[in-house]
Amino acid sequence: MQGPEIAWYLVVSALLFSIGTAGVLLRRSPLIVLLSLEIMLNAANLALISFARLHGDHDGQIFALAVMAVAASEVVVGLGLIVAIARRRLDLDVDRLRVLRG
Amino acid sequence: MGDFLVWAVWILAAAGCLGSGLAVITFTNPFYSALALISNLGSLAVLFLLASAEFLAAAQVLVYAGAVMVMFLFVIAYLGDRSEGVRLSGGPSWVRIGAVVAATALLVEVVVVIGMAAGDRLSDPAQVRGSFGSPEEIGRLFLTDHLLAFEITSIVLLVAAVGGVVLGSRSRAEDELDEAEAARAGA
Repeated sequence: MQGPEIAWYLVVSALLFSIGTAGVLLRRSPLIVLLSLEIMLNAANLALISFARLHGDHDGQIFALAVMAVAASEVVVGLGLIVAIARRRLDLDVDRLRVLRG
Repeated sequence: MGDFLVWAVWILAAAGCLGSGLAVITFTNPFYSALALISNLGSLAVLFLLASAEFLAAAQVLVYAGAVMVMFLFVIAYLGDRSEGVRLSGGPSWVRIGAVVAATALLVEVVVVIGMAAGDRLSDPAQVRGSFGSPEEIGRLFLTDHLLAFEITSIVLLVAAVGGVVLGSRSRAEDELDEAEAARAGA
């Protein structure tokens, strides 16, 4: 295999995952929380693909494609929610949406 | 020479990936964040290619950087200035510090667990044929070994499409809101 070893791909994947986590936990705009979620899903995809390459087995790549489909569905529902929130003239701030809080 | 070139492309892609990832979570304007995510997904596609996942790299560019992000940009444009001006991060400062600590702890955990579980095997990747990860191989697997996963994926997408339509249709409460606003504007 040319280029860096699999371990380096996994390091990038772990860094990207923690960047996404920080985004989800820190940011208050639901749009940016969704974007950070996409980063986390893609970091997981990178790890799946690296392990597929390590074992010379396609299963990880198939799993990564399924993750892509789930991510696309998540974006559809998430953006639908954001548009519905905006049309009800509520604040686009995840801290202020606390109607369901017990 | 070939090895050096692969290293150079890999380092560029990895740096672009991490840099644009940080840009996504630091920009205040969601429009710029979405643009940064597009370049993040593009550099990830390069990493996928270098890990011999050709079909996935193409799907990443088409589905993610293309379709999904265009939808994101449409919604950001629809929201207009309402999407801006949201506080960068909220809560008391210990919440923010806790978030950074939690993200760092996750990073350390992932690295330690992968190192313990697979550390010595990471340096000898399997020998693969040139067709590894090609559309042909992935397509054949999807229609033979992983047929169930393929069909379930299509059902997930169908449910998401129905959910999108339901969330997008107008409700009575919104009509009343509009009427109240129109009445106020008239008076």
